[in-house]
Amino acid sequence: MREIYMDHSATTPVDRKVFEAMIPYCTDEYGNPSSIHAKGRAAKKALEKAREQVAALINADSSEVFFTSGGTEANNQAIISYMVNNAHRGKHLITSAIEHHAVLDTCEYLRKNGFDLTVLPVNSLGVVEPEVLQRAIKPETTLVSIMHANNEIGTIQPIAKLAEVAHQAGAAFHTDAIQTTGRIPIDVKAMGIDLLSASSHKIYGPKGIGCLFIKKGIKIGRLMHGGAQENKMRAGTENVPGIVGFGQAAELAQNRMADTAAYLNKLGQKLRQGILDKIPHTIATGDLENRVPGSVSVCFEYVEGESILLMLDSYGIMASSGSACTSGSLDPSHVLLAIGLPPEIAHGSLRLTLGKNNTEEEIDYVLEVLPRIISNLRKMSPLYRNGGSG
Amino acid sequence: MYSQKVMDHFMNPRNVGNLAIPDGVGEVGNSVCGDIMHIEIKVKDNVIEDIKFKTFGCAAAIATCSMVTEMVKGKTLEEAEKITNRTVAEALDGLPPVKMHCSNLAAEALHEAIKDYFAHQQNSPSTNNSRGT
Ligand code: FES
Repeated sequence: MREIYMDHSATTPVDRKVFEAMIPYCTDEYGNPSSIHAKGRAAKKALEKAREQVAALINADSSEVFFTSGGTEANNQAIISYMVNNAHRGKHLITSAIEHHAVLDTCEYLRKNGFDLTVLPVNSLGVVEPEVLQRAIKPETTLVSIMHANNEIGTIQPIAKLAEVAHQAGAAFHTDAIQTTGRIPIDVKAMGIDLLSASSHKIYGPKGIGCLFIKKGIKIGRLMHGGAQENKMRAGTENVPGIVGFGQAAELAQNRMADTAAYLNKLGQKLRQGILDKIPHTIATGDLENRVPGSVSVCFEYVEGESILLMLDSYGIMASSGSACTSGSLDPSHVLLAIGLPPEIAHGSLRLTLGKNNTEEEIDYVLEVLPRIISNLRKMSPLYRNGGSG
Repeated sequence: MYSQKVMDHFMNPRNVGNLAIPDGVGEVGNSVCGDIMHIEIKVKDNVIEDIKFKTFGCAAAIATCSMVTEMVKGKTLEEAEKITNRTVAEALDGLPPVKMHCSNLAAEALHEAIKDYFAHQQNSPSTNNSRGT
């Protein structure tokens, strides 16, 4: 059976070139970067090269990039370590209702431990409006954490404006850029970002590696204790093969970003428009203009997401959904609820996130299969009798 | 995560649709995740002669409804009343723990349909000519 992978916001395949760059560091160059001998020095050198590659991708200085075990750890460190180390200045932090759980749950952890938390609402496109942030700021606000782009609905936030509001109030600004690093341009300087989390496996790099950008001068401690690695910011022996892979993936992403983004925008538009044209009672979610290239998110009325996913899977098409039935907790996606969709609409959500290897022919195939799946499931739906005209 | 039987009933659900004139209708909503199961029965001489279902829900919800309809078709009302979420889940070779509530709903919808049938019997026995008495 053919395999059509359209779940690149979940993860991406490791690029061949990335894998090849990693091989020596899994085999011959196995040194520990902290060692003084030749093997250690070789590993250290590879580490520093990767740091430069990642820094270049976001226009940071390489001394501002700290490798972590992934985006989740970076988010945890940015939020927990920053708040704890700046508690004397104020204990209030602000985030948004559509953040990834790696941010939301971390903020919630702080709230339970004596910090004050404000969770901002978003508008119907999923945008955090700078005026809304402005109104939530308090004298004791020390950190604002807003994601660069949402993983479910693709909406890109006005980061530069939000960071400006935070800075005017004397607060630092963190952004979870896990969906955007390497996919759309990021300039930490121009955008006024103090802390940024990124992940390798979303950009054709290996899993288990990410980084936290910490702007020079920002006071933040470590989350992992027990060693002087990463300039005392992250204890634990470095994942050298992972870091080398991340560096290589970052460089490749930077070199082909413009071309890939244009290609994915074109494919994504075709897919979304095709779905809307062919399937009645469908709602496109998120900001249709300002979104991650190749991210298509829709809700089909009267049907449920897990059923859609399994039907698609039987045709070899791999996607994801924010339906309650697909989540371990049986709650519908907090993102879809936050943009104002009623739970029964969120139930029928489908997310197709395209990658550089998807082809136009694959889009055509999905557009041929998906309308049949939805119409079959609707025939089974007790809600459809009153709703559909088709 | 799903057994082959669940996948079979999900991909090829039996007895989907509505009856022309049902004798009993059961519809239950799921407070856990918001799904809806709808079952209609046709009864003759105390036996479920025909049964149809519709489901707005996950693969487990569709499969359990399909299985329930298959299990009770041709059975007496007493036999059908004995069906529980357990027996449905077992007939499907098990369900993931998080999906057990979906099988509750299928059994519940069936029981509601039977209850509805009896209620109609009591209220207007003479107008219900499909019972065959
Ligand atoms: S019907 Fe929602 S989880 Fe099964």
